[in-house]
Amino acid sequence: MVPTEINGKEVIPFKGIGKHKPTGRKYAPPIPTVIDYPEDGNKVIGSLKEALQKCGLKDGMTISTHHHLRNGDLVSNTIFDTAAEMGVKDLVWFPSASFPCNEPIIKHLESGVVNRIEGSMNGPLGRFVSQGKMKGTAVLRSHGGRVQAIQDGEVQIDIAVLAAPSSDAFGNGNALNGPSACGVLGYATADFRYADKVIVVTDNLVDFPNMPMEIEGNYVDFVVVVDKIGIPEKIVSGTTQITKSPDRLLIAELTARFLQESEILKDGCYMQAGAGGTSLAIGHYVHQILKEKGWKSKLGFGGSTKYMVQMLEEGTMEHIMDAQAFDLDAVASIDKNKNHHQYPVFNAYNYHSKGNLTSMMDIMILGATEVDVNFNGNVATHSDGYLLHGIGGWQNCLHAKNVILPIPLFRDRIPVIKDEVTTICGPGEMIDIIVTERGIAINPKRKDLIEKMKGSNLPIKTIEELKAEAEAICGPSQKPNLSDEIVAAIKWVDGTVIDVVRKVID
Amino acid sequence: MSNKIATAGNMGKKVRSDCFVTLELKDSGGISIEQKSKVQVMYGESNKKLCEDILSFFEIKNAQLTIEDSGALPLVIAARIEAAVKELIDTDKEYLLDIIEENKYTSEKEQFRFSRLYLPGNTPSMMLNAGIHDPNGIILDLEDSVAFNKKKEAQLLVRNALRGINFYGAERMVRINQFPKGLEDIKYLIPHNVHMLLVPKCEGADQIKQLEVKIDELRKQHKVERPIYLMPIIESALGVEKAFEIATASENVVAMAIGLEDYTADLGARRTNEAVESFYARTRMVNACKAARIQAIDSVFSDVADMDALRENVKTSKGLGFEGMGCIHPRQIKVIHESFAPEAEEIDKAKKIVNAFIDATEKGLGVVSLGTKMIDPPVVKRAEKTINLAISLGLISENWREEFLNEQAG
Repeated sequence: MVPTEINGKEVIPFKGIGKHKPTGRKYAPPIPTVIDYPEDGNKVIGSLKEALQKCGLKDGMTISTHHHLRNGDLVSNTIFDTAAEMGVKDLVWFPSASFPCNEPIIKHLESGVVNRIEGSMNGPLGRFVSQGKMKGTAVLRSHGGRVQAIQDGEVQIDIAVLAAPSSDAFGNGNALNGPSACGVLGYATADFRYADKVIVVTDNLVDFPNMPMEIEGNYVDFVVVVDKIGIPEKIVSGTTQITKSPDRLLIAELTARFLQESEILKDGCYMQAGAGGTSLAIGHYVHQILKEKGWKSKLGFGGSTKYMVQMLEEGTMEHIMDAQAFDLDAVASIDKNKNHHQYPVFNAYNYHSKGNLTSMMDIMILGATEVDVNFNGNVATHSDGYLLHGIGGWQNCLHAKNVILPIPLFRDRIPVIKDEVTTICGPGEMIDIIVTERGIAINPKRKDLIEKMKGSNLPIKTIEELKAEAEAICGPSQKPNLSDEIVAAIKWVDGTVIDVVRKVID
Repeated sequence: MSNKIATAGNMGKKVRSDCFVTLELKDSGGISIEQKSKVQVMYGESNKKLCEDILSFFEIKNAQLTIEDSGALPLVIAARIEAAVKELIDTDKEYLLDIIEENKYTSEKEQFRFSRLYLPGNTPSMMLNAGIHDPNGIILDLEDSVAFNKKKEAQLLVRNALRGINFYGAERMVRINQFPKGLEDIKYLIPHNVHMLLVPKCEGADQIKQLEVKIDELRKQHKVERPIYLMPIIESALGVEKAFEIATASENVVAMAIGLEDYTADLGARRTNEAVESFYARTRMVNACKAARIQAIDSVFSDVADMDALRENVKTSKGLGFEGMGCIHPRQIKVIHESFAPEAEEIDKAKKIVNAFIDATEKGLGVVSLGTKMIDPPVVKRAEKTINLAISLGLISENWREEFLNEQAG
């Protein structure tokens, strides 16, 4: 059962896909006046501490950050170190995602500087939360759900602290240049537009005007210049790599063959795949098929990699639209290729919007830690009950026309297909195809695909058959031991609560 | 009892689907089991039961058993514990899990052996998914890929793998050690569902005959009716000279392979990509095989990243008369199959033969003939295999006969 109150605020339980339509108006930040800002446009201030003080940092406030610096982020932890120095308590950290480098936040959660995190739980933070050690309840949202929550006023950001690989003194920021260049700042758009106060932190102050302005200076209160905002080699991988695992390559090959035989892959299709080794391999096979047929994908939605850039440059993809860039080739391509566009998640994924990109996608390649016999998917917890991943764009991407999950049937004796997922992150009716190394299951709802694949040489099986096959190999498994205590809420793309995560009893 | 602590298995950051067990026999205190497992939550209970069952099977009443588990399947855990037990006590008992239904298929003398995938005999993670890559055969290797001090535990792991891992129709082969160790190995293989033994560094018919005597003893003892096929591997100058003798040493020798790494070392020549240094050995061996009416199998191609070079290599190999090749990486299988694939002419001939056979069966005729020629059953069998292979490689459709008849009617 899903509760109706989380962190003292009323929440709405999930009603079904497309069933919850809020009325009313969007949230708006207070009206500023230019008179309060320097006429010469120079908003540079001495330190982050000074900026936080001037923004009126106090107990209970919500602080937002973006995750474009990924595991090389040096800014987020500093904010809370500073807040601790200032003696502030009970803050809410609202990142667009967290990474293992954010482990130091745990000490601020323990001391009470931070009450809770509303964002993805990665690695050590997930473990901490799962053990019931965080004071408040975590709230996990998809990337689209996060911008929806900001826009609708569900989460009101008091101060957005936005790292910018380059900024001018007015606060116009982008990510194309500087030692921490990461290509795109697509996760920061909602933050600067809707936060009460906006602080830009940069290690690369450039002359006005810093164009293009992904962070718009008109929304910015202060600019802080520091030595370093990130550790470059941890921000983007030098290069992303196609998997070398023969089993994963087999899954990728089966996926590509399925896409071709089912005619989901066609001239002009829209496609999206992640930067994981298997997804890249699928991209590679799809690239070969497109080349062979003389076809072209109309557009690919990023995070982009060198493999997508290769498709763009070799003419098998017409446009890349990108909310983030995963490797150095992708960062370079944004500056170089005119058809490689920056495209914020605000536009791509927001469900409370006049349409978005997700439902236009023909091919959507996603992952999952678990899927159940009803095709429900889990990306947040592992089978042992621990919260270990964020939702990312996963829920949003489920709205694509064809959602394909290429996943191994079991990982080191942990089967992927269950009777029931540990946590429901996405409803089964939105997941169409599961591709494993031992067979492909099509959702019974997709009668069209089942019909189309009749007589195919591909190993089409039912999801029950796949589950039984894994169980025959791995043996029957026990369920994790969970308490009633809720440690995290999983939000659906429309702001309702689709499931909760409970404390693990060791 | 001189030694009271024994270990078996593997652990470490990169180890997966395996476990490391430490067994200490005690004089009192009963059984104590400690598990450190990444799948504790899911399999802690069932693993504990398995451990207790194995210890009780070997009549061990007082012991401390520690398992560091990286997601090992029961058949792996069982092999590891049994190996540790056998380090400490003398027993002929064997803890056997059931042979899985899916593995109860047999192999035949005539079947295709284009690809055979080498799997290190003490590395469970590589065995689990070997079959899904569709090799004609898998080789559980007890010889060069197993460290000297791990030979015994590998015997048990390979035995359990033969019984319990689904290899999806691949012929189950084991490369045994050189004699005399190799003659010990077969005790763990013959009663346990092995199809074929690979005999390394073979240098004469007497070796094969010596092995056959041991095999027959075990077959009688364990009532194994089907034959155990042999594939001797020629890896020395002497072996090459004795190729025909070896090929005809027993009717169970159905194929013979060449191992070029050791052969070139024996020659004192460097192994090159062009392989001129081994040309004589390879042609001589192929000739011996053909004279003995058995399959000639080529060495492995060791650059796993270079698929184009592999393709070239297989073409040359097929050109010399080889009918198969070893693989050391699953990605090589497809390339090897495609390159050994029957050519159009071969397929056409097979279609005619199989069609004639179906015709004859439908008419209730006992004799299959094509034109004025009588067709022997083994030829029909081979043609059927060619057709099945062509279908599985996507060269012809499953409804080829319909199309064939339409063409004939034309």
